[in-house]
Formats: sequence, structure tokens, C-alpha cells
Amino acid sequence: MTSFFNEMFHSGRVRPPYARLQDWVAAMPAALRQMKQAEAEELFRRIGITFAVYGEGGDPDRLIPFDMFPRVFTNQEWTRLERGIKQRARALNAFLADVYSRGEIVRAGRIPARLVYCNEAYEKAVAGIRPPKDVYSHIVGIDLVRTGPDDFYVLEDNCRTPSGVSYMLENREIMMRMFPDIFRENRIQPVDGYPEALRRTLASVAPPKCNHEPNVVILTPGHFNSAYYEHSFLADLMGVELVEGQDLFVEGEFVWMRTTEGPRKVDVIYRRIDDSFLDPLCFRPDSMLGIPGLMDVYRSGGVSICSAPGAGVADDKAVYTYVPEMVRFYLGEEPILQNVPTWQCQKSDELKYVLENLGELVVKEVHGSGGYGMLVGPKSTSEQIEAFRHRIIEDPDNYIAQPTLALSTVPTFVEEGVAPRHVDLRPYCLVGERIELVPGGLTRVALRDGSLVVNSSQGGGVKDTWVLAE
Amino acid sequence: MRLAVEHVTLYRYDQPVRAAVQSHRLHPSSFDGQRVEDWQVTVSGGVKGGGFRDGAGDWIQGWTVAGPVSEITVTVTGLVETRDLTGVLRGHREQVSPMAYLRETGPTRADAALAALARSVEADSSLALAHGLAAIVAESIAYAPGKTHAHTTAAEALAMGEGVCQDHAHALIACARDREMPGRYVSGYLLADAEGRPHEAAHAWAELWVDGLGWVGFDPANRCCPDERYIRLGSGFDARDAAPIRGIARSPGEEQMDVRVAVQSVQNAQQ
Repeated sequence: MTSFFNEMFHSGRVRPPYARLQDWVAAMPAALRQMKQAEAEELFRRIGITFAVYGEGGDPDRLIPFDMFPRVFTNQEWTRLERGIKQRARALNAFLADVYSRGEIVRAGRIPARLVYCNEAYEKAVAGIRPPKDVYSHIVGIDLVRTGPDDFYVLEDNCRTPSGVSYMLENREIMMRMFPDIFRENRIQPVDGYPEALRRTLASVAPPKCNHEPNVVILTPGHFNSAYYEHSFLADLMGVELVEGQDLFVEGEFVWMRTTEGPRKVDVIYRRIDDSFLDPLCFRPDSMLGIPGLMDVYRSGGVSICSAPGAGVADDKAVYTYVPEMVRFYLGEEPILQNVPTWQCQKSDELKYVLENLGELVVKEVHGSGGYGMLVGPKSTSEQIEAFRHRIIEDPDNYIAQPTLALSTVPTFVEEGVAPRHVDLRPYCLVGERIELVPGGLTRVALRDGSLVVNSSQGGGVKDTWVLAE
Repeated sequence: MRLAVEHVTLYRYDQPVRAAVQSHRLHPSSFDGQRVEDWQVTVSGGVKGGGFRDGAGDWIQGWTVAGPVSEITVTVTGLVETRDLTGVLRGHREQVSPMAYLRETGPTRADAALAALARSVEADSSLALAHGLAAIVAESIAYAPGKTHAHTTAAEALAMGEGVCQDHAHALIACARDREMPGRYVSGYLLADAEGRPHEAAHAWAELWVDGLGWVGFDPANRCCPDERYIRLGSGFDARDAAPIRGIARSPGEEQMDVRVAVQSVQNAQQ
């Protein structure tokens, strides 16, 4: 029987950051708790935040369950995490700047050339083009899990357009509204500086041809997109325009936005659409979401696109294996955060190991997301394992495998009271002129007893994440 | 050889266009095999956009046209001095890793027949393999204008056994990639043949990455490697990616396109 690290109760004691929460829970009878839970749900519903996190699909109008029991980090724990996250974000951006110019890491034999240059996410169209400040990934979402007091592992990196940050902000907002007392009793570092930090980050990567206060916009695929709420929420909080492709056009050397007072130049586009839809002249010719000519303006320094086209080559699950190597190669440092050991099924000896140990492993698609198309060996029936075995054998390149991690647990409100449930964490690291990280992130929780899958499409919920001040 | 180019593309719209955007790969770069003496591109009613040299060494130039217009004319005139380097692209500055050109695209996907064709070539060197693939593509797809269209894939052209330079280039790229040899599509111009053999003045061929030589051009349509009769405009994964003009016009109506290309050998101006 695997033992799990419980972030509140450890070695028969309450860990210090959770000390005050024990009284808080004790003083909350079941009836009050149910009332509060209903109130929280009502608040979320009223705000309209019902989208699926991380583009998982599923019912867009379903509310993701919010668990009122917060997850707490000490300042000391967070300081180490913060250093590790920033280090990783720097290395990922250095890797991107490298593989789109001289490719030193490939020449040095530290990562296979094929993995980089034959990768679907590698954009030949931006090779040789240097984005402002050499930053490709301006918002790096790093998914972390914890297995012990000091043991954190990176599950995956998200260098394109990681979503879910609106949950981080709303979870805090609602907790503060419902339980103002515990925010007085605990010194919790604020997260509400995120929108301004994001705006500052985006403005700091204005293009070379911009000689005034940069005009930043958010480009959304539209209201049918599952994360549209987040797009409009961030636009509101940053005080910038939310636009769709049809609102923008290229004329001469610049991109312009249609407004009631006539065209207004756009300098920085925080895009929440994929590379392939950005510009039908450069990528998919059938794209109706993009702006014809955008890529020529971008590549000639007339507009900035965040994340930069081509950033996805750094967050591929097979490239992930090499991120610790990137940290050493570019920064000359040892990685502070560890990778989960990963077997690549495209390598025949590793494939053999994977097929022999399917019952203990987690197997994922290289380009998959959202907890779909994955096998959690210990939680699967032998029929499910055999069916998955055939899928892997048919297309081994498409799969990686990892050990089943003993994800830490945090107390969570359940039917019977409070019980431990498994969690992960996605902090959002901002990279521009500076690298910034608000103290917190999105904690996802597997609400089903014993489940290790935190994805909302698979019965996951969210929690407020606290980082205590000194 | 000095080659004079005149290349006019006329777009006609049956209903006026409100706005048009184009991206041009229409500026030959200079390298050991060609030196650009003079080159002009104009777009009727056009505003010049941003221009830059991409990682493959091509100059890309954006243009926009503010409507309403019923016609857009893109006129290219230029003078290029060329040398025969037997297809070797020497002295061409570029940054993209050749490995990036191992990726297949829709038109260059090798189906079973293309793969079988590619694997039928036996060669003991990378250069011999490249020549062998170019020869077998030329044998398998007869030059026949009008049988294929802009969206025909390499697999379809091989199945028909007929095609034009675009189909030859796509098929050669597909075969090369199947043999793990990077291949890419090149668009350019070709001087009229004195013997009167059919050819296309707006031409296309393929470049294959040959160990020890780098990129080498192969023109299966004319069963040769590019020489001093060829002007190289630019490259890409396939015909669409390497297109000299990519454009979109906002018009509810139909577009008609007329292309006229003349390439002539001219005497040295001085003397």
C-alpha cells in the first residue's frame, strides 16, 4: 500500500501552515459548511465562470466544483518553488531562442535533432526571427505535483497559452468574500497583482517599431471557445481590448484594430488561438479566425505575438524529458525542480519496459492533454490495460510513460466531512523584461476518493492556493 | 549568363475588392550561382508592408491594397547574372536546419506507391541516391500540362503518371523524405529552351540535402540540375509554402488570375 504525503497532517501532527485552519474547520458545523458551499457555487454561477480548464472540452456550461478547504504553502516552501519555476521558465525560453537560431543544444548533441526539427510544433516560418527580448513563452504554466515535504516534480510545461489563471483569481476572490475572518487571522500573500503584472509583461515586449505606450490586445477565437470567459475576464482586469480576428487587419507595416473612432494601431497581441490559425497566408489557408498578413508584420518587427509562434516545441511531452538538460546547458545550474522519470515508447528498449509494466505506469499521448487518451495502470482493469497495449504497439512514437506518482493530499470537504484528496498545482510564470511569479497558482483536486486524476473532465475540482507571508 | 525577367500577374475580380493582403517570396537572393543586378516589384494600388529575410534565406515582402479595386497587377522586372554550379546551392545564407525539411505535408506525403518507388532506387552514396530518385520520378511522371491542378498531391500525380513541374517536385520531395533525405520545393524562373521543348517559364524544382554538398537542385521535369538558365526565387516545404505570391482578397465575388512570364538572355550592357 502506497503512503501519500498529507500536506496538513504529517507524522501525527498538524503541519504549521495549516494550524489555524484546524480551528476554522472545527468551528464549522456541517449545516454551516453546506450553506457556505451552496453560497460559493451560487457565486461562481453568477460570475459565469463555468469553462473547462486547460481546453479539456466536455460540457462548457458545467460548473467546476470549488472546494473551500484551501491549500497552503509556507513562505519557505514557496521561495524554493519560485526559484525552481523561474529557472525552468528561463531555460525553456533560452531553448526556444536557440532552436530558432543556431541550435547550439542540438549541435552539442544534448537533444536529438529530429525531436526538435521534425516536431509538429517547430515552425520553420519563424526560424531566424528574433522576438523582442528573445522571449517566446511569456506565460509559462508549469504543472507540479508533490510527493513529500520537500519533493516536487514537474509533470509538464505549458509554453503556449496556459489557461486557468482566472480560477486562481476567482477562487481567492470568493474565499475572501465568504470567509473574511480567516484572511485576517492568516497572513496570506495576495494574488490580485496578476493582471497588472501580465499587462506589464506584455507591454515590455512591444515590437521594435513601437515608439509609444504599447497598445495591448487579447485575441480570442470567440465566445464559443471554452475559455472565452477567461479571455474577457483578463481583458477587463488589464484594461485592454478583447478582439477577434475579424476586428484586426493588416495595412502597410502594421496591424490595426477597427474602432468607432477609426483604425488604431495594435502593438502586442496576447493570443489565445493556436499557431495554425493565426494567419491564413502563412499557416492554415482555411483559417477564418486569424488575420491575413499578421505573420509578415510580426516577422518584420511591427507587432508582437504572445506566446511567440513556434513556442510549442518546448512543451512537447517528448521534449519535456530534456528540460533538466536545458537548465544545465543554458544556465549552467542544476535543476531545482525534478522531472518525473519518463520512458519514451519511441525507444525500443524503453517501449519493452513500458509494455512489461503497464500495470504500474501512467501512459500518456505525446500531444494529448486534459487527461484523455491516458492509462493509469494501477487504476485500470486488465481489459483496459490490454486495449491500451494495442494502441501503444500500433503507434509507439505517440506515447510516453511515467511511474504512478504518490500525489500529495490536502483535506477536502466531502459528503462525510473532511477527507484527504490528491492535488496538483499550476503556477503561472510571467516572462518579459523581468520574470515574475505571483505567490500562488491553481490547485486542482481529484474529488473522487483514491483518484489521482485531477482533470475537471475526470471529476476534478479546484481550490484556493495560499502562500503565507513570513 | 544574364537573364532578364518580366513577370506580370493580373488578378481580376468580378466584384470590387474591399481590401487585399499579399505576402511575396518574389525577390531572388544572391549566392554563388546568381547575382541580382536589378529587381523591382510593384503592386498596383499597393502599400508596401514589412519586409524581412526569413530563416531559409528568402526575402519576404508584405503588401496591402486598400480597395475598392477590380484589378490588382503585380509586376516583377529584373536582371540576374547566373552561373552553372550544376545545381549546388553554394554561398546561400540560411539558418533553418535541413532536418526541418524531413517533415511531410499534404501534397508531399509518400503513399505506398511513392515509398515503393523511392525504395526501388539503389545507391551507394547520398549524391547517387538523389540522382537516382530524380531520374525515377522523371520516368514515372510524364510531362503533361493540364492534367493536374494546383492541389494535386504527389501520390495522385504518380497514380496518373502525368503532371507538370509542381508534381515532379512534390514527388521527388516525397521520395527523398521517405529515404530520410531532406527535400524542399523551389520556385523560380527558367529561360526559354532554344530547342523548343515544352517548359514553364515560371518554374519549380526540388532541392535535396546531399551529404558533403548541402542543398542541390534537381529538376525532374527537364531531367537536369539547375544551371545558368535558372533563377532561384525561394523555397518551402511544398508549392504552397514556397509560393512566390500568397494572397487573400476580401471580395464576395470570383477571382481570375492571369500570369505572363518572359525570361530572356541579354548581352552584357557594357562592351
